[in-house]
Amino acid sequence: MTGVRVAGVGLTQFGRHPERTGRDLFGEAAVAAREESGIPPEDIEAINYGNFMGSLSERQGHQAPLMAEMVGVRCPATRYEEACASAGVAVREAVKTVRSGEADVVLVGGCERMTNLSTAAVTEALATAADELYEIRAGMTFPGAYALMQRAYFEEFGGSREDLAHISVKNHDNALPNDYAQFHRAITVDEVLDAPMVADPIGLLDACPVTDGASALVLVNDEYAAEHDIDAPVSITGSGQGGDTLALQDRDHLAVTPATERAATEAYDDAGVTASDVDAVEVHDCFTIAEVMALEGLGFYDSGEAIGAARRGETTATGEHPVNLSGGLKAKGHPVGATGGSQVVEMTRLLRGDHPNSEHVEDATVGLTHNAGGTVASAVVHVLEVDP
Amino acid sequence: MSDAGYDEWLDAIDDGEGYYLECAEGHGSLPPRRVCPHCGTTDLNRTALPPTGTVETYTVCYVGGPEFEDEEPYATAVADFGAVRLTGVVRGVDPEDVTVGATVEPRIGTNQTTGEDLLTLRTQ
Repeated sequence: MTGVRVAGVGLTQFGRHPERTGRDLFGEAAVAAREESGIPPEDIEAINYGNFMGSLSERQGHQAPLMAEMVGVRCPATRYEEACASAGVAVREAVKTVRSGEADVVLVGGCERMTNLSTAAVTEALATAADELYEIRAGMTFPGAYALMQRAYFEEFGGSREDLAHISVKNHDNALPNDYAQFHRAITVDEVLDAPMVADPIGLLDACPVTDGASALVLVNDEYAAEHDIDAPVSITGSGQGGDTLALQDRDHLAVTPATERAATEAYDDAGVTASDVDAVEVHDCFTIAEVMALEGLGFYDSGEAIGAARRGETTATGEHPVNLSGGLKAKGHPVGATGGSQVVEMTRLLRGDHPNSEHVEDATVGLTHNAGGTVASAVVHVLEVDP
Repeated sequence: MSDAGYDEWLDAIDDGEGYYLECAEGHGSLPPRRVCPHCGTTDLNRTALPPTGTVETYTVCYVGGPEFEDEEPYATAVADFGAVRLTGVVRGVDPEDVTVGATVEPRIGTNQTTGEDLLTLRTQ
């Protein structure tokens, strides 16, 4: 089986660009990724594109061929939709395509346009990641769903909103030097605790923002990289995906995420590594409690232990195990259908040493990305490794 | 819009004859189902839903979607009914006064914004 290398990466600035179309956002990221790779458009054999709510926010279905146009190619193009894990799944399927020999070069990424919608409309669109009959009709919003999980976590394992506030503070600090991030503003624990409630116990600063943006990567096999003398030191060596019931009410436990455990187990086995080998991590922190449950599901902490990790300084940039050096969804932003791709972009740069926060993981050789959909009814994990 | 299976289930709760689907393994689920979501067996029977459940977790929502704008703030809770849990809007108490462990009864209410039927959990 051939190895899969990251030949080029591209991102748009994450933030509020309500006037920019999805096609323009993805075009920018994809062209940047292709130009960085130095690979001509005609060599791209497939496009995998993640998008969640384009049918609602832009009234545009069937987006993938449109995105191929924006890259200037006529290859097969397919949209992947798995809520907030859409681009993670698109990357995973691209890895499979390259490994199988079906294609030597795949362009993969995702895009979401969100801020052109009102707050109520974007709340409604995001909620469609939940069970329409049994959750949405009961008033469950996306922050509400994680609020239900957060309170269940507090009930089962303890912890406090103050513990979680340290995660927001950490991720805002990490985003400060990241030019692509939506926020470049340090915040304090008191500011997080005093922010208005969105869905008690989740306040405004416990939640990721609404974001427009796109991400893209060019993946190639080892042979193509060698033949064309492509500088691609980072490989995706492990991939895993896990599933769970769509509705939270149907899970055995409300404060653990077995889909993440399943995805991680598969990705670790695939790469031949364990959690203890991982040097840098980007996890799906759509809400601060999500970072906690992710770190536990990935095997870095036992259940109930990760909630104090940021407060204890273990997961800060200067801590033993930095988490979300990009700023995470919380501060870098969360253009839903782009996020899974952007995590792999950020990890590639961290491992290559050209990320503004690479200094905090100077000796890192193994990175992990974790992308989740809904209340983690879908989870995708990738392991990245850099050539010695 | 009508949703076969689900609408009848709401009607049954409204008539005080709420049920869930149970397989031979004792897994519970809610309609419409052709198989048990936990083990895949096709042999599902209707079992009476216990008359009350216990709030396991809840949230007070201050920013809802357009279909809940006349409810805000409102509490949505997940309540344990044994083999199944139900998610509903809490009625009978101020949203800020909902507690974990509270006893609730499933009732069909009306969404104040849309006028549609709504699964509610009424505190005892």
